[in-house]
Amino acid sequence: MRRLLNIRPKGASRFILGTAPLIVLALLYLLASTAQHALNPNEKILPTIGAMVDQVRIMAVQVDPQTGSIPLWQDTFASLRRLGLGLSIATASALILGLAVGLLPLARAGLGPLIAAVAVVPPIAVLPILFITFGLGETAKIVLIVIGVTPFMVRDLAGHIAAIPEEQIVKGQTLGASTWQIALRVALPQAMPRLLESLRLSLGPAWVFLISAEAIASDVGLGYRVFLVRRYLAMDIILPYVAWIALLAVAFDLILLTISRRAYPWAHPGRSR
Amino acid sequence: MTALLSFRDVWVEYGDKIVLERVNLSVEAGAFVSIVGPSGAGKSTFLRLVLGQEAPTRGVIDLDGAPLRAEPGRDRGVVFQRYSVFPHLNAVENVLFGLECEGAALTGRLWGPKRRTARERAVAMLEAVGLGAALDVFPAQLSGGMQQRLAIAQALIMRPRVLLLDEPFGALDPGVRLDMHGLITDLWREHSLTILMVTHDIKEAFKLGDRVLALDKRRHDPHAPHRYGSTAVYDFPLENKARG
Repeated sequence: MRRLLNIRPKGASRFILGTAPLIVLALLYLLASTAQHALNPNEKILPTIGAMVDQVRIMAVQVDPQTGSIPLWQDTFASLRRLGLGLSIATASALILGLAVGLLPLARAGLGPLIAAVAVVPPIAVLPILFITFGLGETAKIVLIVIGVTPFMVRDLAGHIAAIPEEQIVKGQTLGASTWQIALRVALPQAMPRLLESLRLSLGPAWVFLISAEAIASDVGLGYRVFLVRRYLAMDIILPYVAWIALLAVAFDLILLTISRRAYPWAHPGRSR
Repeated sequence: MTALLSFRDVWVEYGDKIVLERVNLSVEAGAFVSIVGPSGAGKSTFLRLVLGQEAPTRGVIDLDGAPLRAEPGRDRGVVFQRYSVFPHLNAVENVLFGLECEGAALTGRLWGPKRRTARERAVAMLEAVGLGAALDVFPAQLSGGMQQRLAIAQALIMRPRVLLLDEPFGALDPGVRLDMHGLITDLWREHSLTILMVTHDIKEAFKLGDRVLALDKRRHDPHAPHRYGSTAVYDFPLENKARG
């Protein structure tokens, strides 16, 4: 008898293993929803698939006469703009700070404690300060994402760069490279796949910060909509929205992974063709 | 013969621990010096001194008649036991690295005809170390011996005054090690290199070097073993080596 930890599913069996829980979950939901609707036709907590499809049609296809636009796309555009701006600023600062802290002992001594201190502050606790300082507009929401994910990304990247074997750094110097050339040609390329990886890991927290900020003060956005319709127990809108957010998150994750594999094949050994 | 590298009364101390004491020696241009000694005898410290990763606590090290800068530089090439090549660059790019840093201070990259000339030199160097068929391969796909060949080519293209080898063949299979012995001996003769090689393999030290230095403690205090440092206790010139 083989040990449990040596049994590796492959091909079709792996696919079936992966999809089965999803199908079971969907079936359970259908059963529960049907049973509840048999008891109470006005049931709101477990809406039927039909009810959700109707709502999706209203939210994603029909123009809202009050705003003149389609709510789902308007919300998606607003949220992605905030998320994109926030994550771009965070990634760019993480790259610069992470390279400096990871490579230069001077920068590590100067910035390390500051970054460590900022990293332990719960970002949501800073949100009131951001609303007071930047107002209730876009800036506060973007800054929340930046503050929320940058310290993690900086520390992750700095740690990765500091772990580049000393031999490589010395070898670079014996080949005549300056500090700048070592940063540019030794540290930066080795930082990029890790930066993409840490961006992937930061997507989750970034969504949390975005939706929190939108829930508290906003008039458009995926998080705003979910919290708005919560007042009417509109699970038939909330569930499709949550599914849409999950789909977007998975798509970004896959896109980043693909970019990393294409651009930095050496960083994905065993995956290279 | 003039002394290329000379140590004058060099001491290295960490706190009250003495690692090297009263090291006096000089290395002539064109020498192949093997450095042996038991673990903890300061072989690595000796190499770090020459590399400039460390400065002596007392004493002077001269390279080419001028005091050595306590910082690695392009006058001293190095091949470590591991991690000597850049994993994100393929073989040619690894060898090009030094030439590109020399030719483009700001971007660290060469373009156009300059790049073509540099690439030709890099390819010729790779062919000289037997990697002519693996130009576009990343280090992770090269065997241990081929990675060391690449590291040697990468160092040699900058024509260093001294080539430092830190246990360069220590992680290789016996057969591959023999091939590498042949390669380094040929390169030493052809390019009239000056080589300092640290090894723990005494046979290798005598086979390759034309001079063998043994580092060890001359004195030993059983109650405070750290108070006496190592120095060159044996210095064998091997006259029978044919020099190119």
